[in-house]
Amino acid sequence: MRYALFLGCTVPVRAMNYELSARKVAEVLGIEFIDMEDALCCGFPVKSINREASIIMAARNLALAEKQGLNICTLCSACTSVLTEVNKVLIEDEELREIINKKMGDIAYNGKVEVKHFSRILYEDFGVDRLKTFVERPLEGIKLAAHYGCHYLKPSEIYDGFDDPEQPKSLDLLIELTGAESVMYQGRGDCCGGAILGVEEEIALKMTKKKLDHVKAVGADAMISICPFCSVMYEGNQKKIEKEFDTKYGLPVLYYPQLLGLALGISPDELGFKLNRVKAKGLLAKLNGEKVSA
Amino acid sequence: MPIKLDKLDPNFKFLVASTPGGENITRCFACGTCTAGCPVRDIDERYNPRKIIHMVLLGMKDEVLKSDFVWLCSACYTCSERCPQEVYITELMTALRNIAVQEGYIHPAFTAQASALAKYGSLYEVGEFENKKRGNLGLPELQRKTEKTLEIFKSVGLDKVVQEEK
Repeated sequence: MRYALFLGCTVPVRAMNYELSARKVAEVLGIEFIDMEDALCCGFPVKSINREASIIMAARNLALAEKQGLNICTLCSACTSVLTEVNKVLIEDEELREIINKKMGDIAYNGKVEVKHFSRILYEDFGVDRLKTFVERPLEGIKLAAHYGCHYLKPSEIYDGFDDPEQPKSLDLLIELTGAESVMYQGRGDCCGGAILGVEEEIALKMTKKKLDHVKAVGADAMISICPFCSVMYEGNQKKIEKEFDTKYGLPVLYYPQLLGLALGISPDELGFKLNRVKAKGLLAKLNGEKVSA
Repeated sequence: MPIKLDKLDPNFKFLVASTPGGENITRCFACGTCTAGCPVRDIDERYNPRKIIHMVLLGMKDEVLKSDFVWLCSACYTCSERCPQEVYITELMTALRNIAVQEGYIHPAFTAQASALAKYGSLYEVGEFENKKRGNLGLPELQRKTEKTLEIFKSVGLDKVVQEEK
């Protein structure tokens, strides 16, 4: 399995632990990542102000992967949604593809690339059963709250129904194969609010807070994220929310590859745990069989 | 403020319907499923997708395009998934934003993002500091070029939106 690794903007700068753990896990599983040197931003940030610009940016990234003869693996859910959406449109609409190719000029896209999020690749292509055979260290005794985020599943018409947007299960199954328990909680499908953080911080943080409250209520040891911006909201802004709303969470937010990596027997250091803003010490101690005081 | 009939633009809905993402707006039968499931509306009543759609259908062009609420959609797609009329509301909000920008109204948060892309070729600066940190972790060096992004921005007129060096 070989993929062009599309890092996007946020992961390589603000979520190096995500990138590090994804690369490490892929290496252990025998999944090869080839870096995309000339990749642009996926196009998501400009879709709101100019849809055409986002289409051309996404098309260029697709064309670059096609030139490498590889399918794309993404880590960020926003990148996933724009690249997948534009890919679908360009594959189906030959006329538009010609127009966009003309606009790109020096490179053309012929519709031969598939875009998938790393978690979807693990779930759908690598497979849960096969992943289980790689587990060296079952993570028993911990309760985790899966956060799917929005763009990983929606709009569902671009994702070929690989999971149900209202009642998803793919991430729960990925979590449970490690031996950990994936807990149900109220508002699992709720949005992190990240997309409007810059527009109206107060609303965005209240959206984030709502889910942190629900996750806290079920006593999860950590939240599992698969998108760097969702983590910015739940982990990066957790202290701010605690301060502004006079509350306390201390809830670690791990990227799924960090969790999987632990189950594969990789050390926390190699998985970038030191870069997590909310330290997962309690969770790691629990896994080591140490008694944790609350 | 009550609606002023002489200020309505009856063609606004057609402009929206001819903009990518807005095609299905006239299908709306105002059931309110969008608003009922909206996580932003849950926090702040200023954002109300059913109301926005109705304002567009009535022709309240200025009130919609100059509003702050068109920028409040968090693009979670909950409404789009549930809309029985396939209005694809998230894409519709994108269409409204695109039109607002063409009419000269843009939220500064989006100007800032476009400006960062023009300046760094990424939403965030990727310089010596970032690459040193990456190197220490054993991650490959990262280079982001701006040339192609700027070319694309220019080809669609986004270069005018981008703010110069602050």
